[in-house]
Amino acid sequence: MNAIAMPWVEICALADIPSRGCRVVRTPRGRIALFRTAADEVFALDDRCPHKGGPLSEGIVHGRHVTCPLHNWVIGLADGEATGADKGCVRRHPVRLEDGRVFLSLLFTDEEKGSS
Amino acid sequence: MTIHSRQRLVVVGNGMAPGRALERLFEQAPEAYDVTIFNAEPRVNYDRIMLSPVLSGEKSFEQIVIHGDGWYVKHGITLYKGARVTRIDRAARTVTAEFVPAGSLGHIPLEPTVTVPYDKLIVGTGSNPIILPVPGRDLPGVLTYRDLDDVNAMLIAARARGSAVVIGGGLLGLEAAAGLKEQGMDVTVLHLMPTLMERQLDPAAGHLLQRAIEARGIKVITRANTKAIVGNGRVEAVELDNGTRLPADLVVMAVGIRPNMQLARDADLAVNRGVVVDATMRTSDPDIFALGECAEADGQVFGLVAPLYEMANVVAAQLCGDDARFRSSATATKLKVTGINLFSAGDFAEAKDREEIVLRDATRGQYRRLVLKDNRIVGAVLYGDTADGPWFFDLLKRGEDVADRRERLIFGQSYAAGGIPLDPAAAVAALPDDAEICGCNGVCKGKITGAIAGLGLKSLDEVRAHTKASASCGSCTGLVEQLLKAQLGEAYNPAAVQPMCGCTELGHDDVRRLIVAKELKTIPQLMQELEWKTSCGCAKCRPALNYYLLCTWPGAYVDDSQSRFVNERVHANIQKDGTYSVVPRMWGGQTSAKELRAIADIVERYDIPTVKVTGGQRIDMLGVRKEDLPLVWADLSAAGMVSGHAYAKGLRTVKTCVGTDWCRFGTQDSTGLGVRLEKFMWGSWTPAKVKMAVSGCPRNCAEATCKDIGVVCVDSGYDIHFAGAAGLEIKGTELLGHVATEPEAIEAIGALTQLYREQGRYLERIHKWARRVGFDTIRQQIMEDAERRRALYDRFVFSQSFAQVDPWAERAAGKDAHEFAPVAELALPQAAE
Repeated sequence: MNAIAMPWVEICALADIPSRGCRVVRTPRGRIALFRTAADEVFALDDRCPHKGGPLSEGIVHGRHVTCPLHNWVIGLADGEATGADKGCVRRHPVRLEDGRVFLSLLFTDEEKGSS
Repeated sequence: MTIHSRQRLVVVGNGMAPGRALERLFEQAPEAYDVTIFNAEPRVNYDRIMLSPVLSGEKSFEQIVIHGDGWYVKHGITLYKGARVTRIDRAARTVTAEFVPAGSLGHIPLEPTVTVPYDKLIVGTGSNPIILPVPGRDLPGVLTYRDLDDVNAMLIAARARGSAVVIGGGLLGLEAAAGLKEQGMDVTVLHLMPTLMERQLDPAAGHLLQRAIEARGIKVITRANTKAIVGNGRVEAVELDNGTRLPADLVVMAVGIRPNMQLARDADLAVNRGVVVDATMRTSDPDIFALGECAEADGQVFGLVAPLYEMANVVAAQLCGDDARFRSSATATKLKVTGINLFSAGDFAEAKDREEIVLRDATRGQYRRLVLKDNRIVGAVLYGDTADGPWFFDLLKRGEDVADRRERLIFGQSYAAGGIPLDPAAAVAALPDDAEICGCNGVCKGKITGAIAGLGLKSLDEVRAHTKASASCGSCTGLVEQLLKAQLGEAYNPAAVQPMCGCTELGHDDVRRLIVAKELKTIPQLMQELEWKTSCGCAKCRPALNYYLLCTWPGAYVDDSQSRFVNERVHANIQKDGTYSVVPRMWGGQTSAKELRAIADIVERYDIPTVKVTGGQRIDMLGVRKEDLPLVWADLSAAGMVSGHAYAKGLRTVKTCVGTDWCRFGTQDSTGLGVRLEKFMWGSWTPAKVKMAVSGCPRNCAEATCKDIGVVCVDSGYDIHFAGAAGLEIKGTELLGHVATEPEAIEAIGALTQLYREQGRYLERIHKWARRVGFDTIRQQIMEDAERRRALYDRFVFSQSFAQVDPWAERAAGKDAHEFAPVAELALPQAAE
């Protein structure tokens, strides 16, 4: 499965995302959640829980994890994987932090590109 | 009679060592002796190791009692409280005691003295604190730190706030200083040596410790030589030999202890540094044993609990005719100041044939030092993360050759094993059976796992009862629980101990108690002080901590919205498709044409798909898009409506019937009371949601008797109900009480709500809280204790003065705008190969 990436797009300042919080970026490919941890790391994941599609952007951010507000699945921000007994994975997107600015690059697979 | 065939055992002293010896004796030979105990203190046996938590306010005296009165009765022991033994007559084989005149005594003596014969005698007279021979040492306000009387005296002195000087920077001195600081005093520690706790710590760790102590606002002066304590009729200051003068309202001397051997010396028993005993714990008189801090065994005297309990085991065995022998072994020390982790064991002085391995991590405040001799650990000092302390100590005691893992040794058990970090349960499972789990009581892993399997133990309390593991200072509680878990798996009943979540070993009640005792004011401070195991908690503990802090410090605590569940953060209820529902408040379930018109307009304007009447007499608009929320709220505000808090762990609704306004059966103004209650209580945060109702007569049309709090009006006044449920569980309410007037009803309900706010565990509904603490306890506090009711009510009113701000109006005006709008919109890129 090959993937091509969009060039980096500047989204916002780090300060626009609350610490231990999240903001959403609307894209033609759906909502992408930009998480900021207490350690000021930024992660980008699809805003859909692999369980029942809950908005991860509304969850409580703790360490490098977010807990989905609908049914409390805990998703790893770094790998997109559900933790504990739950199985599932959220698509991640490349994100970069430079001089306090957040840059995002959307990842499309060949498969999706074909379908778009 | 058989009773005379028993031997008479007399015990002088009722401390932890003789108490332990008797426990062991009763286990092995319950019928062998008639026991008499003399205690110079007017109380039962308690855990002296835990005096520091009593001083800091983290525990009460009742919580540190080892043997309550019932234990003495059960074992047929004659306990003379407040009776000081003055003479042992070895020729007549009797002891004579005189009653100490102060305090509340268990016996009201007719005679000022009592004389009791013995066949066997145990001397457990303990030790006396050393008093520095400086001028002013006798002034009122100069205390030692040895028993509960000292702690009580310190607590009384601390009430006046003021300044305290603690002389001595050893274990006891630092614990006393931390306790006094917790009580609000301005504290200075004086220490003669260049670094703190120099007998247990090397200079580097002593320095780290000093920094941590100073970070709590305690002043530390090392190389401080006390010249005099001065004051006119009462202590006023401490003077050092360099001329420094430190003002002091209280001086605590904690410079060491000296075995108390006067009684033994007067009886012509052999004494040296302590009462000399052989390996069987017998003194120079074979019918007299000595144990505890007063005894000198193998040329040494001891002050830590583990060897003292070992002495007790030997005495009990010898009294049963078994040939046990006492051997002194290395001891480990932990400082019991919450938030400071320190572990030291063995001997760590530098010497030519010794090598050391040191690990430092200044940013994390970590320090570890191992001293090795011939590839064996002889000493260990850990500061910061002390979880590996027992493992190093175990290697030390067993004298194990560590040559094959020297490179990794310092990183601890999980890395030394092979580089893969183990989870805590696996680390405990990997310990050998003879590894010591409970240092205070000398309980090894095999004894605990053996007891769990052999006796079918299911809970922490049972393990404590049968093995004593974690029953003293409690710092090994986590380890014991992991053993229970490892052994019982699913069968382990977690109700016995319920940590808040995986981030801590502490339960909800512990955390709430510590928030008050340690005056914890923010979530990061709490996590630091209570040693949270995760960097910033989890989705379970964060909302709970946010509530506990908000409830404890009204007006002062700044709400942490990132620790709130989404509904409370955005003030609406999230639905399964990510839209929200909006429920405006309708006081007492009453509405008007103006409100209904505004709602109808809003539904059309924002294309809201569903409108529904709720079970709480409100109108619910479902399917509102998140970005529309502030607009919907602005329109509702314009029509005079505020948030109905249908999303909150807080007051939700007060349902009413129409009462005397319209109903031919109505006895009181139930609608009016419902409206007044709702206006009084809206905006309050509670452990879980609170739903209320007021019915105008016993026909109960508002269904008040299945609510969290309900009122049923009757001719003579108001029946107040509580602790109902009509959800997952169905439960009728309990009657709290009857009052004659509306103001009385409002006061009782406010007080009840506040009691629930202060005691309820997060997410625990009123009925579960009430079942846990007891319906009668609650009734007594609210209905019978007017002073308590008034105090609770006042606290609720105070808290409400900060709580009644409409969150919708704030957000319609722009607060937290980032919550409701995406941060960016991206257009579709050109699909490029």
